[in-house]
Amino acid sequence: MSAPVNRTGIAPSKLVRRLILGVVGVFFAIPILSMIEFTLRAGLAGGYTFSHWTGLFDPANASKYQVVYTGLGNSLLLAVVTVAIVLLVLLPTMVLVQLKFPALRRVLEFICIIPITVPAIVLVVGLAPVYSVVAKIFGSSVWTLAFAYGITVLPYAYRTIQSNLGAIDVNTLSEAARSLGASWMAVFWRVLIPNLRRGIMAASFISVAVVLGEFTIASLLSRQNLQTAILLMSQSDPYVAIIIALLALAFVFLLLLVIGRIGAGGKSQRKRNRTKS
Amino acid sequence: MSSPQGVAVDLANITKSYGGQLALNALNLSAQPGEFVALLGPSGCGKTTALRSIAGLETIDSGTISINGEDVTDRPTNKRDMGMVFQSYSLFPHLTAGENVEFGLRMRKVGAVERRKKAAAALVMVGLDSHVERYAHELSGGQQQRVALARALVTEPRVLLLDEPLSALDAKVRVQLREEIRRIQTQLGITTFFVTHDQEEALAVADRVAVMQAGNIEQIGTPEDLYRHPETPFVAEFIGLSNRLDGVVSAGEVDVLGYRLPLVHAATADGPVRVLLRPEDVELASEGLPGTVISSSFLGSLRRTNVLLSDDTTMVAVQHTVRENPQPGEHVFLALSGTAVSVVPR
Repeated sequence: MSAPVNRTGIAPSKLVRRLILGVVGVFFAIPILSMIEFTLRAGLAGGYTFSHWTGLFDPANASKYQVVYTGLGNSLLLAVVTVAIVLLVLLPTMVLVQLKFPALRRVLEFICIIPITVPAIVLVVGLAPVYSVVAKIFGSSVWTLAFAYGITVLPYAYRTIQSNLGAIDVNTLSEAARSLGASWMAVFWRVLIPNLRRGIMAASFISVAVVLGEFTIASLLSRQNLQTAILLMSQSDPYVAIIIALLALAFVFLLLLVIGRIGAGGKSQRKRNRTKS
Repeated sequence: MSSPQGVAVDLANITKSYGGQLALNALNLSAQPGEFVALLGPSGCGKTTALRSIAGLETIDSGTISINGEDVTDRPTNKRDMGMVFQSYSLFPHLTAGENVEFGLRMRKVGAVERRKKAAAALVMVGLDSHVERYAHELSGGQQQRVALARALVTEPRVLLLDEPLSALDAKVRVQLREEIRRIQTQLGITTFFVTHDQEEALAVADRVAVMQAGNIEQIGTPEDLYRHPETPFVAEFIGLSNRLDGVVSAGEVDVLGYRLPLVHAATADGPVRVLLRPEDVELASEGLPGTVISSSFLGSLRRTNVLLSDDTTMVAVQHTVRENPQPGEHVFLALSGTAVSVVPR
């Protein structure tokens, strides 16, 4: 079997590909391994111990690590509200644009991509006066940060939902359902949502991942989330701060794996459809 | 499945435009109860727009659509009680064939037992009762369209709308399925509109064919009427194959290739015209117009031969039985059968 050749004729060999993968792997692995090694250190006396890990889950230390638990709770709450914003605002808007206002698709795409081009610090400068109004209406509870996060996750959520929308013939399926007697609500719940499940799941997971890793906006708007809690914790107990960071990384990595599996499922499904037709 | 009573459908002065471009131009069309009407025409003639307007998928600018005299113009699609089969495969991918067929019944809040019974009967009708648990991606294109047909019919709609349902299928399946559609339609007696750009398909299955152009109906009639008595130059040229030959009309007949032939429309004004002569109205004969065979095509049950007449400029297509097999270069004679012909301005 001949080796695959790309259009330019300069496809890297198997060895080069493995080398690149190795270098990139080492680049990512060294900091993570260093973090793990750090959390196992016994202290200035030298040696290694699991005490920092076990201490984190010891009920006796609950008050000591309260700031972390509060930050984690806030972040999870923010993740839920952000996902709700994505599902209740972005998803219906995208479906509506696809079905009724296809001419606006480019405009919507442009709007959704903008946040990725704006640095978080610039976003905060713009959001600060907005949040003075938000605070008057909704109070200054931490969950209100989800309005800002709803904007920051737009590019990722839009892309994942749009790729699913583009893979199914939304218009024909909706028209078929309508002709069979379905109301618009039934079309949405019984036809579109089940067929957009992969995009919705991926958008939700990626939104959770983004929210769990967000620091700048929460810090500059003086709200506490997981990342700000880790920073605070690092000043009193750097071992636990690193452990929390590692756990957060592992959780996000797991989410990305799930997203990858969902995407692979969608691709193989489309491939099966193409093979049949 | 019980046989629903067919309904009369009337479209009166339907106008629809897209950004100033008229898609339907004061369209009038009626279908009798249980009638199978094909909408035939070239791309962009408005046939699909007309069908979608009947379904309520397009909002018309003016005019009325009525079923059995009841105005349904402003009624939403889901309240019109019509079944529709689309050009592209429209089965819901997340449901099995059986669940797809049950969908319309579920929307009508039919009980689960009754639903399953009716869906099974509908799948039997289209010959797919053994595929009830299969998903769309596990079915071939033809099978998907059969399920779509069962899905459209299971609710016993008043009108069946078919939007080029066969165009994505291969030739053999197309013929099989169109005959099946006709059989089921006749069995159920359901009023049906069938959009197609394939004239053979339209002529083969429809009770009446409406030939459309520029958002309106050029002519509507039985397939035989359209083929033998086209009322406009467009229909004459659009329906069937014709030799286009120079001729001269005088006294209600036309002189062409030395023959004097009757006209389909005897009232045609005298003068030079283009004569549309069907290949089957020309015969290979033992004497007549001399010519040389250029090519001959085997078409299954018949053969079509192109003959260059002795003036070396006129090419005539002749349709004949496969028993005759003239070879390229062979000298032959042609005779016209004397059937009435259509003419268009030269």
